[in-house]
Amino acid sequence: MSSAAVDVRAVQKHYGKVHALRGVDLRVERGEFFALLGPNGAGKTTLISALAGLARPDSGTLTVMGYDVIGDYRNARRHLGVVPQELVFDPFFTVRETLRFQSGYFGLGNNDKWIDELLHHLHLTDKANANMRALSGGMKRRVLVGQALVHKPPVIVLDEPTAGVDVELRQTLWQFIRRLNREGHTILLTTHYLEEAEEVCTRVAMLKQGEIVALDTTQNLLNRFHDKYVTLKLESGELPPDARAMVVSEDKGKYRLQLPDYAGLEPLLAQLRASGAVIKEMQLSRPDLEDVFVAIMNKPG
Amino acid sequence: MRGFYTLFYKEILRFWKVAFQTVAAPLVTTLLYLLIFSHVLSQRVEIFAGITYTTFLVPGLVMMSMLQNAFANSSSSLIQSKVTGNIIFVLLGPLSHFEFFAAYLAAAVVRGLMVGIGVYIAAWFFTPVPVHSLLWILIFGLLGSAMVASLGIVAGIWADKFDQMASFQNFVILPLTFLSGVFYSIHSLPEFWQKLSHLNPFFYTIDGFRYGFFGQADISPWVSLAVVGTTFLALSFFTFLMIRSGYKLRH
Repeated sequence: MSSAAVDVRAVQKHYGKVHALRGVDLRVERGEFFALLGPNGAGKTTLISALAGLARPDSGTLTVMGYDVIGDYRNARRHLGVVPQELVFDPFFTVRETLRFQSGYFGLGNNDKWIDELLHHLHLTDKANANMRALSGGMKRRVLVGQALVHKPPVIVLDEPTAGVDVELRQTLWQFIRRLNREGHTILLTTHYLEEAEEVCTRVAMLKQGEIVALDTTQNLLNRFHDKYVTLKLESGELPPDARAMVVSEDKGKYRLQLPDYAGLEPLLAQLRASGAVIKEMQLSRPDLEDVFVAIMNKPG
Repeated sequence: MRGFYTLFYKEILRFWKVAFQTVAAPLVTTLLYLLIFSHVLSQRVEIFAGITYTTFLVPGLVMMSMLQNAFANSSSSLIQSKVTGNIIFVLLGPLSHFEFFAAYLAAAVVRGLMVGIGVYIAAWFFTPVPVHSLLWILIFGLLGSAMVASLGIVAGIWADKFDQMASFQNFVILPLTFLSGVFYSIHSLPEFWQKLSHLNPFFYTIDGFRYGFFGQADISPWVSLAVVGTTFLALSFFTFLMIRSGYKLRH
């Protein structure tokens, strides 16, 4: 039997007048490293909440490793670890107590060996007996990651895991999450850092106003956009009118021009030469996930 | 079972770590009531034959402190967890609805009993208080605390803000405890207020509890047991349904 790690079917959710999810269908296979992207308010967190049983869909079904999140909520939750977006903690307890309690909620009595390992990987060993209040934001975030992993869930959901985490820490966090993925855990994450998603995720879904507007492998999404870009800064002179028509953005005298393909570069340079403009800087670039994201989000309808 | 035990233990630890506020403070408050009321009223009132007013007062105060603290424990824990957001840790776990209910209830009962026992022991410095039937005392102590602990869960889930919780405490719990015959026998009240007191389930917890100490009360302990037992079961059932529905916890 191989049910999907996560299977979402026709899920609708209203919050009052807000139609937060408009019939979302999504299937994440076992072992995938999957990103859920979308602007604020697109419904990412609502979808994750519905998966975790924190929100109840108006209609539709969600399963985790084949277990219905409402009908079989206990099994569904045993197979799911969630790192929430908000930096929440219980100020009454220490790091170790927090992790022990979380283990206990999942029915695990003697979990100290795994807790020690988690503390080690999350660089929290020396903070084990510190009160949660005494931790920095980044440390609290890592405790949340630890809490989500106490029961070694096959499916791990991370809602903006690196928000507010410094660069060095972000690297160690990703290393750890990648390792979990290599060991067979399915990872589903939401992030605002598109370069992160591009780097680590094999598949991407983009959510816009409660609907999935793109769902494909990261590579296919990038390939969808053949356009190439050239960034120019001029020493002197002006962009000729034909070149100006190709400008997609301008920032302090730096022009970003869209080319149909690399062959389009030569006529552009010829025009510049003809108009007497002198180039100071030039850079060619291929599209990244951010371009894809912006293009899809700006598509009308 | 481990899930229940963990949440129960966490709830105990939560109040125990601040026991100065959650156990010692209510104990002192209750002893002040005892000191002042017994001093002011001891010469004037004798409610049960052969029992001084101060002695009469003790079981009522013990029960009042249990009711207030059992309520305070489940309600404040839930609202704090909701406001700070850490309720999510419990909600993400695979605890059954019943485990969730029972853990909050049991921890609140433990706090109620701890304060109650503390008040009873401290009261011995003022006056000896006899024990007529330990069984009745235990039954009413447990059922009374459990009844309000359940009410505390309802309030904790219902309230979105601390001021809503404060209104619940000030306009529901406090009047019900003060108008339940803690400081007097309801036979001394005008008829209208007597009738009204009979509608107050807190009255039965105190009257039955008092029977356990003195072997006499305003009404039969069996009637009190029936009322308190039924109220407890009805409230618990309501609370359980509320938890199962996900009301205000799972949106």
